[in-house]
Amino acid sequence: MKGRNPALIWVGAGLVAIALLALPFALAQAGTAWVRITNFAILYVLLALGLNIVVGFAGLLDLGYIAFYALGAYVYALLASPHFNLHLPFWLTLPFGALVACLFGVLLGAPTLKLRGDYLAIVTLGFGEIIRIFLNNLARPVNITNGPQGVSRIDPFRLGGFDFGKSETLFGLAFSAPIKYYYFLLAVMIVVIITTIRLQNSRIGRAWEAVREDETAARAMGIDTTSIKLLAFAIGASFGGLAGGMFSAIQGFISPESFVLVESIMVVSMVVLGGMGNVWGVILGAVLLSFAPEVLRYTVEPVQKSLFGRSLVEPEVIRMLLFGLAMVLIMRFRPAGLLPSAVRKRELAERKE
Amino acid sequence: MSALLQAEGVSKRFGGVQALAGVGFSIRRGEIYGLIGPNGAGKTTLFNLLTGIYLPDEGAFSFDGRLLAGLKPHQVAEAGIARTFQNIRLFANLSALENVMIGRHVRTRAGVLGAVLRDRATRGEEAAIERRALELLEYVGIAARANDAAGSLPYGDQRRLEIARALATEPKLLALDEPAAGMNASETAALRGLLERIRGDGITILLIEHDMKLVMRVCDRVLVLDYGERIAEGPPGEVQKNPRVIEAYLGAPAAV
Repeated sequence: MKGRNPALIWVGAGLVAIALLALPFALAQAGTAWVRITNFAILYVLLALGLNIVVGFAGLLDLGYIAFYALGAYVYALLASPHFNLHLPFWLTLPFGALVACLFGVLLGAPTLKLRGDYLAIVTLGFGEIIRIFLNNLARPVNITNGPQGVSRIDPFRLGGFDFGKSETLFGLAFSAPIKYYYFLLAVMIVVIITTIRLQNSRIGRAWEAVREDETAARAMGIDTTSIKLLAFAIGASFGGLAGGMFSAIQGFISPESFVLVESIMVVSMVVLGGMGNVWGVILGAVLLSFAPEVLRYTVEPVQKSLFGRSLVEPEVIRMLLFGLAMVLIMRFRPAGLLPSAVRKRELAERKE
Repeated sequence: MSALLQAEGVSKRFGGVQALAGVGFSIRRGEIYGLIGPNGAGKTTLFNLLTGIYLPDEGAFSFDGRLLAGLKPHQVAEAGIARTFQNIRLFANLSALENVMIGRHVRTRAGVLGAVLRDRATRGEEAAIERRALELLEYVGIAARANDAAGSLPYGDQRRLEIARALATEPKLLALDEPAAGMNASETAALRGLLERIRGDGITILLIEHDMKLVMRVCDRVLVLDYGERIAEGPPGEVQKNPRVIEAYLGAPAAV
């Protein structure tokens, strides 16, 4: 951003801010469903930003990232639902969920630090599945997670008399539950974006880059690669846990089915497609990949009906088909992602030579 | 002059190969100490043992009055030994400046909280890191390339950048693994000037080098290894005339 007119940047930021603040009301015109979809898009942005720290910054491929999302979600659900008849406030459970995810991040990181590349990917993939299977089976002999039935009637966020789960009218505007959550998510997302960018441009961020580029050289430069990698795992995991807690509250119901392997792969795709290592690219990837299927859901069927008079292929099938095609095209024409980081661009340019 | 680094009976075996057999030496403060020998003599192995990449089977190093036994590479760097690599290991996709800034890691403190909050102390430290990194690029003579990707620099400049990055860790001992490899005559001459300047600034240098002209001109003392054994040590002029050294390099005189 150096060298650009600072006044212009402020004006631009102001316009973006107004657009983001007005967005839910514009979306609500098209249906509350779209506000919900936007909220889930923001959750995916948080997940993608968290995974980007591990994959994009420190260069550690994690295919089980959704496990941290699951941990955050379950911690929130178990501490704020009729299941254990606990109803702790969200400002306690949300950070606690992030902390638990963070601890598990370190637990996963510590034994796998010696692994690199493919081997690490396999172990993390296994970890993701282990967590899901545990959640599925921790119903007997003591019912902790309620197994495949999941946890329902999870508390929405409540602060004093302000209930995120209820609609109300303020200043003549109708604030539905999803709109309230939208503003909360937006605030969290902005904090997470700033945190990520500041980390990237710091002593810690440089150490991650060094580890990703050449671990031996990084060690010789005095970087304790073990703890710096653990730190990446811990921070990435806590973002995931935070997003999980909010998912629980917004959804009101969770089950192990929400945290399957495909979800992990989805988040990895967002990071890779958007541009590994570039915060804005990762955000773009997350937004595109979470909106695209929804847009298709609403267009595939009407288009087929108008063309052939009936629905030939199920929307779900077409979605996956188009999704696959898009991934192939991206990898072919923009292998460093839609908004590549400078470093990735150099790396790939070098390989071509 | 007191010893900065002392090695005693250092041995390392890889399977059936005795890479180093009971090598001992001591490096005095402020000298340029050469380490030479034919290919496979064990020079780089000695470097890797010294910097904690391998553990010695026997023997130990003591550095600046402290035993280095069992220290990990990053702890060795913290203790004050910085190195370069025979096959350059820069962070190739990062800029020259970032490479040197990473070298400051071990002498700076900012953690996650500082990075996120950007308090005054962290901002000050960050500015100091960048300032020092620029100074060091200036010092080795590649300040003009500060923002270029390290991997895109000419070969000689990459060697200089590695030295700048190593100096950023504020070493007491700078260990250079064949810094002149692949350099032309004028680049080597400039490197010699740089080494003497570094020594002049109070940093002791351990130098592995195949360029004998450079070794003879710049080193105060030289250690010669052959097949993992110490075969000679002394001022370059003496070592050069040592029959065992000549034999190691040129082979034994033919029996008549």
